[in-house]
Order: sequence, then C-alpha cells, then structure tokens
Amino acid sequence: MDQKEHIEALKDIRQMMQRSVRFLSLSGLSGIFAGIYALAAAYLAYLKLESGAGRTDARGTLIYLMALALGCLILAIGTAFFFTRKNARKKGLKLWDDSARLAFINLSIPLATGGLFAIALIRAGAIGFVAPATLVFYGLALINASRHTFPMIRQLGILEILLGLIAAFVWGHGLLFWAIGFGLLHIVYGLFMYFKFERS
Amino acid sequence: MKEWVHQLNKAFENRVRLGIMSVLMVNEAVSFNRLKELLGVTDGNLASHLRALEKLDYVEMKKTFLDRKSHTTYDVSALGRKAFTEHLNALESLLKP
Repeated sequence: MDQKEHIEALKDIRQMMQRSVRFLSLSGLSGIFAGIYALAAAYLAYLKLESGAGRTDARGTLIYLMALALGCLILAIGTAFFFTRKNARKKGLKLWDDSARLAFINLSIPLATGGLFAIALIRAGAIGFVAPATLVFYGLALINASRHTFPMIRQLGILEILLGLIAAFVWGHGLLFWAIGFGLLHIVYGLFMYFKFERS
Repeated sequence: MKEWVHQLNKAFENRVRLGIMSVLMVNEAVSFNRLKELLGVTDGNLASHLRALEKLDYVEMKKTFLDRKSHTTYDVSALGRKAFTEHLNALESLLKP
C-alpha cells in the first residue's frame, strides 16, 4: 500500500465510525419550520391571554393553550419526518436505522418525562412553571440525543436549559421565553444546520 | 518511515475488515445485518472476514434470542481494540511528514 491508499483507508475509517453511530439525516429545515410553528402558536396564545379570557374562562383558556401546544408539536413532528426522509433519500441513507432508533429513544425519555411533569404542574395549578419546565426538559432531551446525531444539537440543548432556568427565576414572562426557546432558537439552529450540511 | 511499516497489522489490510473494526470500535453489539447494511457487502464476504477476525480473537460473536429467533451480534474484544488502535496510530505516523 502506498501513501494514497493509506489516506483513503483513514478516510474510510472516519466515515464509517461517524455514519454508524450518528443519525445524520436530520434536516435543518425541520428545525426552521418547527420554529415558525412555535412562533405562530406563541402569538395566538398571546392574543388569547391579552383578550382577558384567562380571567373570565380560565378552564377554556387552558384547554385552548394545551390544544395549541399539541397541534404545534404534531405539525413540527410531521414536518421533521417529511424533510428528514427527503434528506435521507438524497444521501442514500436509511431513515430508520440503529442510529436513528438510538437518537429517538434517547430524545424521548427526558421529553416524555418533561411532558408528564408539565401535566402534573398544570394539575397542581403551577401554570407559571410549565414554560420553564418544558424548556429545561427539552434541553436535557437534546443533550441526551446529541451523542447519536449532530454534536451541535448539544449546544442547542444547553441554551434551552439556560433559557428555562432564567424563565423559572424571572417571573411572568413564560410565553416570551417559550417563543425564544422553541421558536427563535429552532430557526437559528435550523438555518445553521441547513446551510452547513445540506446546501452544498 | 520503515519502522512504521512493520507496525501495520496485516489483519487489517482489507477494506472490509477495516470497516468492520471501525464500526465495532464505536458501537456496542452490532448485528450482522447492520454491518452488512453499513458496509454494503455480500453475506458470504462479510461472514468470511468476520470469521477471520474472530479467529484472531479480535472480535467476539454473541448469539442471543429475540422473540425465539436467533440474533447474532458482534463486538470488538479488548485484544482487537488494542490491535486496531495500534494499527491506526501506525497509519497516522506513516502519513506525518
């Protein structure tokens, strides 16, 4: 083997190590769209709360907000699935392989925990802690999953946690922090990922 | 340069074996089918290279049962990990100017 072959061998090794552990089909576009949905949902929630409905019909408002959040989540997941499948096809990778499964499981555990915890907070009447708690748990979920996908996701997770913690101490701006965390940060990271990994 | 050439391990000169070792180094318990999918080789080709690495005690085969179907997974042994790391180091030193 000559020098060139050795370089090729090293390249092969590095690529194989990356590809076998990390779920690399995740599309940045899904982040951008998730962010747009979150901003729209936050705006609708803001309008509802501003209308004074929170005082006159607290139960109805709560159901409206939860339906809004759920609808936003389903739309975001659907869009992510669509763009990620497209990206996987383009790269000639399988959408659902062992690394995708690992990333998904490791994301789901803290995320489901956070979701149930948020429901417990709502039941206990601690509505003000829902936004901080969802941000913190979402951040933990991203950090947990980052080992199995783009390392950049870890950074995003840390920012979400920081935002959640600030929201927990700064009182009464839950919706604003929610819009920054799930809206703005998703759009910024989505754009970054899209231009770095897909637009070439 | 000459002394490095001797540290290159003949067992890893084949591309398929390099691939097998790279995947096993960073994952735990990889199935036969997953290896096949990642490396894009035929059953027979993969099996013979795995057997060769097994004979050297570089990889370990584990048979477990999943829903009563046998499920074969592979992992790198401590010896294999050491040998492959040394091979990589030798490759890198070789390429240093």
